Amino acid sequence: MSSNWVEVCAAEEIDEEDVIRFDHDGRTFAVYRSPEDEYFATDGLCTHEQIHLADGLVMDDIIECPKHNGRFNYKTGQAKGAPVCVNLRTYPVKVEDGSVFIAIS
Amino acid sequence: MTTVPTKRDYSLLGRDAQAAVESGLAAAEWYHTEIPRKQMKELMKREDGPAIRDTIIWLASLLVFGCLGIYFWGSLWAVPFFLAYGVLYGSASDSRWHECGHGTAFKTMWMNDVVYHIACFMIMRNPVTWRWSHTRHHTDTIIVGRDPEIAVMRPPDLFRLILKFFGILDVWHAVIDMVRNAFGVISAAEKTFIPEIERPKAILVARIWLLIYVATIGLSVYLGSILPLMLIGLPRLYGAWHHVLTGLLQHGGLADNVIDHRLNSRTVYMNPVSRFIYWNMNYHVEHHMFPMVPYHALPKLHEMTKHDLPAPNPSILHGYREMIPAFLRQLRNEDYFLKRELPPTAKPYREEFHSDRIVQAGE
Repeated sequence: MSSNWVEVCAAEEIDEEDVIRFDHDGRTFAVYRSPEDEYFATDGLCTHEQIHLADGLVMDDIIECPKHNGRFNYKTGQAKGAPVCVNLRTYPVKVEDGSVFIAIS
Repeated sequence: MTTVPTKRDYSLLGRDAQAAVESGLAAAEWYHTEIPRKQMKELMKREDGPAIRDTIIWLASLLVFGCLGIYFWGSLWAVPFFLAYGVLYGSASDSRWHECGHGTAFKTMWMNDVVYHIACFMIMRNPVTWRWSHTRHHTDTIIVGRDPEIAVMRPPDLFRLILKFFGILDVWHAVIDMVRNAFGVISAAEKTFIPEIERPKAILVARIWLLIYVATIGLSVYLGSILPLMLIGLPRLYGAWHHVLTGLLQHGGLADNVIDHRLNSRTVYMNPVSRFIYWNMNYHVEHHMFPMVPYHALPKLHEMTKHDLPAPNPSILHGYREMIPAFLRQLRNEDYFLKRELPPTAKPYREEFHSDRIVQAGE
């Protein structure tokens, strides 16, 4: 499957230990900046009830859904237990010239 | 305008459940007061300190009152100690179950889980079943046919309401559910909100609990005394009144089938003791709008959102003075409800969703 790199935003636009929403081509993504200043990306909606994760809380390597507190590891996409049972899809991320890019397949 | 009362079907498998899905009321997008992301992050921030402090006070008080109850057992002096023990067991467990179920009470997840399981046992709510039912309660708050946690259905059954204060119906149903689950049976209604992968866990917990209750009853029989049951099991009955007293105010007498928590939830100012027992769930509109905000940050959230929310009831008594007449009117017209007036600074209700119901409220 081919993927293309899409520019999300300037790297500084995402606070440390935070997440933003990124919509592209009819799809929605969540792009994260970890406390270690690394960037990650996942699908933007919780696999439980399609809530935007970008309104949730980032704690270390966890994103918590704002509606039912379902937790995922945003680095791996792993669902961490009820009420989320299905993992999140993750996407490669790179930072070039001060901008964040994600590879959308 | 003449309203024709409609018979509500609260079954999770019934007519109104289907209607809610078809009309878009199920899993709808709900109204939220706007809060800047930076402030929201501060509010959502997790801490261990407040919940560790409160849990030590809670469990230490249980221990002290339980020991004093045992020490004075057989005399009237035991009564106040068991009354206090009962409220901490049969009511404080309700809010601990709730907050730790959301995973917001502690920052450290295993602490949430440990307190969640202890509180679930005390309040006799299967930790798996109720985690999922509460998830649905937040998705579809007071949507008829969707929300499995509607405490007062319309028209209200006042006799059942009175029994709730003594935990009688809750415990009766909890025991039936526990025995049924222990024998490996998950009901059709439970299957609507518990994923298949989670069901064996519900069965395992039910079996462990059943063993504990059988052992406690056995010990009581062996000792020829109800004292063991006064410490395990019965406090869910004689100590339930406080969580029912506060819990009925959450949504009682307010709108159903709306998608704005300002219409169907109630914030009530309460005394510090009740707020400790209830872990600040008196800020109920705020909790439903932003379930990620921990209980200890709810007063701050309340201050930040009150310009956009109906005025809180100033006391428990005030809440009941408003709610009980509404229940009585619902006996004659089940479509009646209390319409929450918004302050001038608030964003108005979305009339396209709620106008019919708001008209009915005024009749």
